Amino acid sequence: MIGRASVPRSTTEGEPDDVTVRKRVPHRTDGGEAARARAHQPETDSDPDVLISARGLTKEFGDFVAVDGIDIDVRRGEAFGFLGPNGAGKSSTMRMIGCVSPLTEGSLTLFGMDPEADGPAIRGRLGVVPQKDLLDEELTVRENLLVYGRYFGLSRSVVAGRADELLRFAQLSDRADSPVEPLSGGMKRRLTIARALINAPEILLLDEPTTGLDPQARHVLWDRLYRLKQQGVTLVLTTHYMDEAEQLCDRLVVMDGGRIVAEGSPRELIERYSSREVVEVRYPDFDLEPHRDQLDLGDLAERVEVLPDRLLIYTHDGDAVSRIVDQSPDRPVSVLVRRSSLEDVFLQLTGRSLAG
Amino acid sequence: MSALADASADQEQAAGWAYRLAAEFGQFRGAGSVVARNGLAARRGLPVLLSGFFEPLFYLLSLGTGIGVLVGGVEYGGKSFSYQEFIAPALLAASAMNGAVADSTFNVFWKLKYARVYDGMLATPLGPRAVAAGEICWALLRGAGYATAFLLILLVAGYVQSWWAVLAVPAATLVGLAFAGAGMAATTFMRSWQDFDLVHLVVLPLLLLSTTFYPLSTYPQPFGVLVQLTPLYHGVELERALVLGTMDASAVVHVLYLLVLGTAGLLMAGRRLERLLLS
Repeated sequence: MIGRASVPRSTTEGEPDDVTVRKRVPHRTDGGEAARARAHQPETDSDPDVLISARGLTKEFGDFVAVDGIDIDVRRGEAFGFLGPNGAGKSSTMRMIGCVSPLTEGSLTLFGMDPEADGPAIRGRLGVVPQKDLLDEELTVRENLLVYGRYFGLSRSVVAGRADELLRFAQLSDRADSPVEPLSGGMKRRLTIARALINAPEILLLDEPTTGLDPQARHVLWDRLYRLKQQGVTLVLTTHYMDEAEQLCDRLVVMDGGRIVAEGSPRELIERYSSREVVEVRYPDFDLEPHRDQLDLGDLAERVEVLPDRLLIYTHDGDAVSRIVDQSPDRPVSVLVRRSSLEDVFLQLTGRSLAG
Repeated sequence: MSALADASADQEQAAGWAYRLAAEFGQFRGAGSVVARNGLAARRGLPVLLSGFFEPLFYLLSLGTGIGVLVGGVEYGGKSFSYQEFIAPALLAASAMNGAVADSTFNVFWKLKYARVYDGMLATPLGPRAVAAGEICWALLRGAGYATAFLLILLVAGYVQSWWAVLAVPAATLVGLAFAGAGMAATTFMRSWQDFDLVHLVVLPLLLLSTTFYPLSTYPQPFGVLVQLTPLYHGVELERALVLGTMDASAVVHVLYLLVLGTAGLLMAGRRLERLLLS
């Protein structure tokens, strides 16, 4: 239940579980048909710039619906993100796109090809950075690249040349002959990315690329990914970090419970689903509902979220709200004014925080 | 006109079959890169590699010399052989089995569940059949190396009685194929290391009872028939026929048995890998 907030001024009051059920049921009954109808729109079918196209993409494991009929189009050269908490269906979606997991329902094409019929040909043009690095620990850093390139059927000489280049790119040239095991988490991640680039892929799939890395390692990695994007590589990534999504993604979809709940650029999403500013207010105690009721903000507050540890007041004028809160009889411990982020978008859309 | 149409339809059908056959075999493409990966990885595990060479040698020296003194000669295929001569070709087959089983069970399980080497491979154009074929080919190459070394020792020791023996290494490779295929297929069903006790439970009796150390005529019926149904028996008899020169038509049965077991194992392993890793 941590991270779950009740949503005042909305129709989803009550048991949090109701929220999930309410969202799921109508979709399962009518969403598939609509998705299949949309699948025949000519504009996406004929556009060679659309590298990945999914309609009504569904993945079920027994009774569990991991991915619940999603539609996406990814264009050449863009950085496309799936943002959502753990269990939202991001990784299952990535595995289907990576052609290592058959669809349960719906349609999917990559480079205009069908994964079921042309899996090897598609995988030959993809680079995959899995959530766990899965490097070959029986081989050295350089051998990892050489061997992986051979899996793609590339010649020894091509692979050797690319390996040197990629080791430089991954800032691992001086560790080329080291075993993999002693490398730091950031180094392993960079090696995994280098390995995924050995076939000069047109699309790079990254499943939570910086999860588990320290802030500095994350920034190094973002820089490398940004360079790849500059070179024209299409990036598709999943993340549950809103800052990562904001840094890297041109366009993203917000996923929750296997479904897409919103789509757009980070800025569009923030403008559409959140206010300009947010005021975060903390009190000495955690019984926050009375504090909220006691505040008289009038039209200033567009929305107030009650989180387990703080109030979030969504407003167009943070300073004005901050003054009123400061002067209120319930003395707050801290008042912080900040700009809206994707975290706020997610909270608004799902009633839950991303960290949950 | 209609004859022409028939002919073209036939051609089309033939082309369809050829295409399907090519597609079936195409799924093994890239297996060589899996073998190359194992070769590279093995360079750091040389002591383990060498153990496969010493194992049959120890059996030959300890049992051959020790029991050989007590036993004297063995009547086999209408000829008389020393006990060492009798068990040497059997040990060639048994070591091929042991090497193939070790590679295709313990090593494969490690790569499948812990190192997760196959997940990485399957993200590339390699398919599960190529992975299975690569692993099994590697086991065979290793086995062929051991068999060659052991055969040379037998040659020097004077235990080789026939020119048929030039086929002893290919035969050992065939034994390896049978057990690597079966072993890898079995491994895909294993859930934890505890299940590997079952491997010992199968391999040890096979080693001891497959006419390795005494001839089939020693068994009372129906145990003799039972022994003839097990795979290592066919490997042992095949090697014996080649090295001792007691070749007859039964060799065809031995070869077919091993070939079918190996191929079935390989196909099953490919399908199971697909089930486990591509869900």
